[in-house]
Amino acid sequence: MNKKRCLSAAAEIRKLAITAMESAGFGHVGGSMSVCDALAVLYEEIMNIDPLNPEKEDRDRLVLSKGHCGPALYAALAYKGFFPKSELLTLNANGTRLPSHCDRLKTVGIDISTGSLGQGLSLGSGVAMGNKMKGLNSYTYVIVGDGELQEGQNWEAVQFIAHRCLSNLVILVDNNKRQLDGYTEQVCRQFDIKAKFEAFGLFAIEVNGHDVESIFNGISKAKSSGMPAAVILETEKGHGCSFAEIPGFNHYMVFDRGMAEQARREIDRRLEVSLRDDLQ
Amino acid sequence: MICSKLDFDTKEMRASYCDALIHAAEQNEKIVAVDADVSFSMGTEPFYKKFPQRSINCGIMEAHAVGFAAGMSAVGYIPFVHMFGTFATRRAYDQLFLSCAYQDLNVKIIGGDAGVTAAANGGTHMPFEDMAIVRAIPNFTIIEPADGTMYKSLVPYIANTYGNFYVRSSRKKSIKIYRDDAEFTVGHANILTQGNDVAIIACGIMVHQALRAYELLKKEGINACVADMHTIKPVDKDAVEKLANVCGAVVTAENHNIIGGLGNAVGECLLGIDPVVPMERVGVNDTFGEVGTQEFLMTKFGLTAENIAAKAKKVIGRKRK
Repeated sequence: MNKKRCLSAAAEIRKLAITAMESAGFGHVGGSMSVCDALAVLYEEIMNIDPLNPEKEDRDRLVLSKGHCGPALYAALAYKGFFPKSELLTLNANGTRLPSHCDRLKTVGIDISTGSLGQGLSLGSGVAMGNKMKGLNSYTYVIVGDGELQEGQNWEAVQFIAHRCLSNLVILVDNNKRQLDGYTEQVCRQFDIKAKFEAFGLFAIEVNGHDVESIFNGISKAKSSGMPAAVILETEKGHGCSFAEIPGFNHYMVFDRGMAEQARREIDRRLEVSLRDDLQ
Repeated sequence: MICSKLDFDTKEMRASYCDALIHAAEQNEKIVAVDADVSFSMGTEPFYKKFPQRSINCGIMEAHAVGFAAGMSAVGYIPFVHMFGTFATRRAYDQLFLSCAYQDLNVKIIGGDAGVTAAANGGTHMPFEDMAIVRAIPNFTIIEPADGTMYKSLVPYIANTYGNFYVRSSRKKSIKIYRDDAEFTVGHANILTQGNDVAIIACGIMVHQALRAYELLKKEGINACVADMHTIKPVDKDAVEKLANVCGAVVTAENHNIIGGLGNAVGECLLGIDPVVPMERVGVNDTFGEVGTQEFLMTKFGLTAENIAAKAKKVIGRKRK
């Protein structure tokens, strides 16, 4: 993998997501930020996609089951050239093609609409099964939130995925340890997420969800396991956005241009440090 | 179009359906069967034997099965999902909404054991509300076939027409209404008898009761026009308006709660008609089902020709003089 390229992509996706939400004045900052590094690795290094041919049949598919983190995915898609970056400024505007929750009918590059939590894994399993039946070598990646795993349908899907040996499907858990109402530990404890997936018969691995190399290696190991797999991304809700890196409520935030500009400067500064550290 | 003598079909509804699905699947390799552990009840096991690679039994997980099917349709497959109507709608409602309809996918939901045909499975398994709740979701066509002939005939259309369908079916032998050469068009009511005193608009097993009511009314010198409104959504508004104009009075008959189903769909068509056309509804009067034979339950809930005839006379009495 090209670490420098991934680091730059992650920083750019974060900044673009902040810019998109800034245009609306509000947004799901916490969960969008925690998933940016994984999106950077997927779109830069892992997924077989072509922004010039977004419907190509053998493409890899991404299901953002935690659909409210659309701003991060829109930022990744714009970064890759699926649509102009300027369109990010229409997030949640009246008549927009970029609604808060992902909509496949509105946005180029979105394969599956999501927003009612807990449905993405089932949809993803259908996509994966269909592509397998077609003889395609493509992969389906489904990003779920740790809070989202409280929805029972996920575990129906995991049982099915294991039973059907859908090894062309990789689940990515954005384990940011928080949900709308607070810390999952307090709202409804997740216990051992990795052990739960393993108990269902999946290959499961925990990685640092803010380290692009760890993410890349984790997904690579998941794919080479030959099993349906779950990569648990250990993340921090709001990570990388200075004003969102707070212990209090950051699921959904109202913020102004000054806060956004400061956050973007901080992202640039941290990228510089990372790239410098990487050279040493 | 209809048989001269109305009697039980030689084949169960589910067998007619499965024959048609197998035939359609022979023509179209994208058709797959999805079940949630009721393939025996829904009669799809011949499909499983014929196309084992295209048959996916998810187990007892209706919400997942509907989402899974939606995902398959997103990559070009045409899933026919078989469940009892109760669980396909109540248990998987949000999945019908978001996983199927909201994103304009292509899933065919076959909801079995319509209303009182659930018989001995009783109230928990007796869908009187399924049409009402699916009707409130955009991007769903709702069909309730009156007999096996119609059911079989509509399967190719359902398979070849992009979009989500909810088909309300029953598994056992039905009264054979239609001759084998009868033709059906989704969205267009079939007019079964000529008459201009009252229109009786029915669907599913109530079409037979409507035809019986026609005979009862004829003996009293009342000519009823019986229409089979097999497509509940989109309902055939043109036909309803025409029937209302010709007959000046309408009765609906459905094996469903009177709230939200065929009666409401027809009533909504009448809203724009001036002067007002009186209407009566035959259906389950906002209550739960219970165990019993189909015949017992039909009598208990008033799903009978006699009740339709009584409502017909009542609505005729309300006609504008």
